[in-house]
Amino acid sequence: MASIEMSHIVKQYGDGFPAVNDVSLDIADGEFMILVGPSGCGKSTLLRMIVGLEDITSGDMVIGGDRVNDKAPRDRNLSMVFQNYALYPHLSVFENIAFPLRLAKVPDGEVKKRVEEAAGVLELKEHLERKPANLSGGQRQRVAMGRAIVRSADAFLFDEPLSNLDAKLRGQMRTEIARLQRRLGITTVYVTHDQTEAMTLGDRVCVLRKGVIQQVASPRELYEQPVNLFVAGFIGSPPMNFLPASVEGTSLSTPFGTVELGAERAEKVKGHDLLLVGIRPEYFEDASLVDEAKKPHGTTFSARVDVTEWLGDAQYAYIPYEAPAEIAEQLKALSRELDSDQLRTQAVVSIDSTSRIREGREAEFWLDTRKVHVFDPKTGENLTRDAEAGRKLTEEAAEDRIEQVERAKV
Amino acid sequence: MSTREKVGWGIGGLLIVVYCLFPVAWIISLSFKSSDDISNGQFLPTVFSGANYEQILVGDAAGLFLPALVNSFGICIIATFISCLLSMFAAYAIARLDFPGKKLILSTALAVAIFPVISIVTPLFNLWRQIGLYNTWPGLIIPYLSLTLPISIWTLSAFFREIPWEMEQAAQVDGATPWQAFRKVIVPLAAPGVFTTAIIAFFLAWNDFVYGISLTSTEAARPVPAALGLFSGASQFESPNGPIAAAAVIVTIPVVLLVLLFQRRIVAGLTNGAVKG
Repeated sequence: MASIEMSHIVKQYGDGFPAVNDVSLDIADGEFMILVGPSGCGKSTLLRMIVGLEDITSGDMVIGGDRVNDKAPRDRNLSMVFQNYALYPHLSVFENIAFPLRLAKVPDGEVKKRVEEAAGVLELKEHLERKPANLSGGQRQRVAMGRAIVRSADAFLFDEPLSNLDAKLRGQMRTEIARLQRRLGITTVYVTHDQTEAMTLGDRVCVLRKGVIQQVASPRELYEQPVNLFVAGFIGSPPMNFLPASVEGTSLSTPFGTVELGAERAEKVKGHDLLLVGIRPEYFEDASLVDEAKKPHGTTFSARVDVTEWLGDAQYAYIPYEAPAEIAEQLKALSRELDSDQLRTQAVVSIDSTSRIREGREAEFWLDTRKVHVFDPKTGENLTRDAEAGRKLTEEAAEDRIEQVERAKV
Repeated sequence: MSTREKVGWGIGGLLIVVYCLFPVAWIISLSFKSSDDISNGQFLPTVFSGANYEQILVGDAAGLFLPALVNSFGICIIATFISCLLSMFAAYAIARLDFPGKKLILSTALAVAIFPVISIVTPLFNLWRQIGLYNTWPGLIIPYLSLTLPISIWTLSAFFREIPWEMEQAAQVDGATPWQAFRKVIVPLAAPGVFTTAIIAFFLAWNDFVYGISLTSTEAARPVPAALGLFSGASQFESPNGPIAAAAVIVTIPVVLLVLLFQRRIVAGLTNGAVKG
């Protein structure tokens, strides 16, 4: 067990391209840290620098109080699960799991005991004599985890471990990993581009963009108090809607009507003429289904619905809107950077699944204006971020973690 | 595939097999003919006789053939072994490491492989005589390495490139030194490749004639292909075709056996299931 401290870590490739740029991140002992970001953001590189498969250009990597920059992977006592599992095909499942122990020259009896223990935890007991080639994807994944947990490593590192599984299995393995991590209480660093994994597994999530940390916070804080346009757009599915807006007194005028900000937030956005309002899909609702008591907290507008998607438990409506060319271009660039390619400027709106709003019709929507954020389109900065509220959310998450670890130990 | 297509493919395949195996069948048949039968122009011998085999294994030609057989086996196995070992390290370096001159090594290996043997055999003959390697085992093993190494390096580096690098990295994270990772993970995974390479290298050395005939003079080092050329008939008016055919059959047997024994290892996709599936 150990904490991992990174200070000013830089990874520069031969051509001078910084894949990871001045990353400082402290991961507490027993914490579950997620590294997330679109492809090419340097998250895997950072993980591989922790484990020692990638050289560190500059900065300090301290694991459990020791500077490990110059240590070989085998001297760092970390265990890693690879994206493609990297099982040894010539060895049985038993020997695959036992491999780290064999290298450490652990006596046979002890090896047998520990492998069987790990296999028990992962329900692999009846497969111990089989070869990896004869296992299903989920079983291979578990063998890879078995190899990681069999020795008492200081930390677990996961490199997109679930990306090769189908959706159903991915959900199962996700909860399995969460349970295992709580039970063992071992520091874990987990790389993913899947935000469901990021939101559900992590105590804290570190969002990276082009090798630079954008924000490190609990999933809740990321969701409710993102620092900038990038984080706001990356976290959440369907993604946050960004509407062009201009300030008028204490309110913003948007394609979907006027959004009242209140004196405090209006003060923060003063002095900008063109702004972006970030509104999550669930801040919208079918106006006819909104409680009268709630209505004053928001604003009602009518718009033409382009497409609706009914998913059973939820329903999404797509509402196209016009945006100034400059904003449209920027939103396009942002969506490209986030690995999606939005073709038109449209808002995704989550409405109740019982709503009778249908595509092609003009409909009344209600928008909850209390939680909207306002961004500066030039810098991407979130102008209305409440740092205090965000800090509180992350603190709560930390308390929850301590409680969960305690409970798992009993 | 329709029945017609199947029949077509069947006939085509059969034609090719017959075309390829006919000379082999001819030699086998020849080896069982008695000396009177040899030039009678018929495919099958009139009487099956073991006289040719008797002659090369226990008779007159045994003195020429048996030591040559021992030499061939010894020299080829040693040459194959050394070439596999060296090419394994070389190919691993080429596949995994980035070092200056990597391209140069590969192209030099190719150049050596296509260099005509006949052009270096005369200088080699003189050199070997002067430094005392003429008519010795090492005197043949060294030139055989020049035949086998280039092709071994090429085939093996292709095999090594196929092995996912994650395997090795996983081993390193699990606590292996680079040498342990190579020995416990890479080598077992490359085993089919190593076997294939070994067989190719063995054949190359086994089939050599030019070096064999030029760099040896007695049964101390003379390999089988060279010895076959020196067979003579029972009298000077008799052609030695029968014993040569018998010797050729015997020499072919290890080659066939090798392929049969190892074909499953060669074909086996050992890396199946190593990574995502």
